[in-house]
Amino acid sequence: MTRMLYGEAIDYGLGEAMAADPTVVTWGEDVRLIHRQLLARFGPDRVLDTPISEAAFTYAGVGAAMSGLRPVVEVMLVDFLAAAWSAVVNAGSKFNDFSGGKWPVPLVVRARVGGWYTDGGQHEQTLWGQLAAVPGTTVVCPATPDDAAGLMLGAIQHDGFVVFLEHKLLSEQFLDYLGGSSRDTVDFSGLLPAAGASGEVPEPLRPIPFGKARVRRDGSDLALISVGVGVHRCLEAAATLSDEGIDTAVLDLRSIAPLDTAAVADLAAQCGRVVVVDEDYVRGGLSGEIAALLAEAGVPAQFRRVAVETTIPFAPALEQAALPNTQRILAAGRELATL
Amino acid sequence: MTVPVSDGYACSMAKRQAFDPVQAYRTMMRIRLVEEALVKAWAAGYVPGEYHSGIGEEGINAGVVMHLSDEDAMALDHRGTGPLIARGADPLALMLEVMGSEEGMNAGRAGHMHLMDPELHAAADGIVGSSGPLAVGHAIALQRLHPGRVAIAFHGEAAANQGMMMEAYNLAAAWKLPVVFVCKDNRWSITTASADVTGGNLVARAASFGLATAEARGERVDEVYAAAGKLIKRARKGRGPGFLFVTCHRPGGHFEGDPIVRITKDPITQSADLVRELRTGVQGRERGATRDTIRGVSEIVARSSRAMRDWTGVARKDPLRRARKAIPEPTARYIEGTESEAIGRAAATARRKTGSRSAFAPDGDRT
Repeated sequence: MTRMLYGEAIDYGLGEAMAADPTVVTWGEDVRLIHRQLLARFGPDRVLDTPISEAAFTYAGVGAAMSGLRPVVEVMLVDFLAAAWSAVVNAGSKFNDFSGGKWPVPLVVRARVGGWYTDGGQHEQTLWGQLAAVPGTTVVCPATPDDAAGLMLGAIQHDGFVVFLEHKLLSEQFLDYLGGSSRDTVDFSGLLPAAGASGEVPEPLRPIPFGKARVRRDGSDLALISVGVGVHRCLEAAATLSDEGIDTAVLDLRSIAPLDTAAVADLAAQCGRVVVVDEDYVRGGLSGEIAALLAEAGVPAQFRRVAVETTIPFAPALEQAALPNTQRILAAGRELATL
Repeated sequence: MTVPVSDGYACSMAKRQAFDPVQAYRTMMRIRLVEEALVKAWAAGYVPGEYHSGIGEEGINAGVVMHLSDEDAMALDHRGTGPLIARGADPLALMLEVMGSEEGMNAGRAGHMHLMDPELHAAADGIVGSSGPLAVGHAIALQRLHPGRVAIAFHGEAAANQGMMMEAYNLAAAWKLPVVFVCKDNRWSITTASADVTGGNLVARAASFGLATAEARGERVDEVYAAAGKLIKRARKGRGPGFLFVTCHRPGGHFEGDPIVRITKDPITQSADLVRELRTGVQGRERGATRDTIRGVSEIVARSSRAMRDWTGVARKDPLRRARKAIPEPTARYIEGTESEAIGRAAATARRKTGSRSAFAPDGDRT
């Protein structure tokens, strides 16, 4: 086990894959600077800076994956992936199906998601609900360094199309890139979940399979289900709720597609009360999907969701009120406990 | 929302044909003072998130906007402060917005990347390249509803590599729209040198789409004014779109706190960190061929030296320095005095109303 930061752990997974397989390459905006250790290890032919041309370099990832490479295409923010949406919804996710399973697309799109650090409504989205809606797409978002490293290794080794989402609040690489040590007048430590930003990573690294949720805390009265930074907000809320006598469990989905339907249904049945905490939009996404799977599984559970319901505002107080903060989770949990 | 800060400042210059160096200097000085106030406020923690300053672009922003009236449209990029101030946006309302106050010009919803004001017909978008097609849309509407008006797209040279920007060039030419693309060449795509990721020549690229082209040096506002004037005039007359290519410098980097600027400003500490990181990268773990490792490390070192060359020692290319030389000394001092007083007061008010961002708490409360 080695202690690693979240971004460092992702690059550890990527680096292990690059060391083992010369067909693994990465490209994206500013990747040589942001991942300078990979550049120093593997040289400029395998770590490529792109122009600001998301549509071209993401589609190019699909083509390269069809012709023998295992590319990890990095899109700085998932919001910018919208400029390359066709590569995701019309190509990467579909070509294996179009080929009748004869031509897999071993492409990883690595994109940063999420907010809490005041970057406005066009730089803080997660969009994982929309990504997960498209058949032929695997979507993962790790909440801790060990999952980050193992899911990245699993994503690269997987023969299909994977969108690997990296939460910016946990990523020391991104927070440093945004200004980091050049000012000490803004302090995110109150917002930053310590257990997500840094943790033990196993060596040697093993790939983590998709669709396997992880129970982060067990409980019998209430199940909080989340992914990414939401998992840590849930753990904080669960500690408070349990002190209040509501025995609260926390499930970290890790994969948004495929969903671990058995884990969700089992925990919901065990607790009878479910709050889905989703940093994505409330409509057409993960929280509604979980309600549907519970209904289909015939699990009777009281259900609430804490998700993003508006364009994310810029001003910090407005932004944090719009995101699934701990107070909102506590309110939903307490309300269900009275039912 | 058009609020003159001091006497004698009129933001609408549409009717004026001859270049007015005093007006240009006043506009540029006001932009510079607002930008400097925001850069300082960022470092002091009053501006949360990112801030992309337009320091170095004042000659472009003033030289283009002096041709416009509120009836023309502006599609802005992530460096929208300059054009908005040049058009007469209230500096206090703008600063409050950038500092994340609900009293800001966009009620705290926007931040600096999405500043917008329907009265000034100007809106920013933080998605690189989108100002092109947005300006094309404004131009379609203006052509139909208000012939004689023009739409301006402000964008960087890096944005010219976005598919939607090239599609916008084509659409503008195919439909002969009253739009002028103002391409500000600061030579950097975020923190990647544009020369490394750009094929061909951008002026030739624009010309090949059928756009009328003109070029100017951004440190010479009179040159920008003249070049922009030609393209805007012909667009207003219905003779088709234009592409204005202007060189400039980006001494503050991509955004405040730019990692490469940190290296250039504090080379000893920052380079030591960098070398340690690179060494960790190459040692201990399985890696590629030594040749590739050497090439990888040299690439980072070369990028830092290139930035050092580009971003430091550019004082002689400061657009304000040149613009100041074109006007009488007492006039320059009068402008500096009145603008500094007004912007200084606005900045102090904005800080007082906002409060610092020294700590965030997860429940949404600021401590």
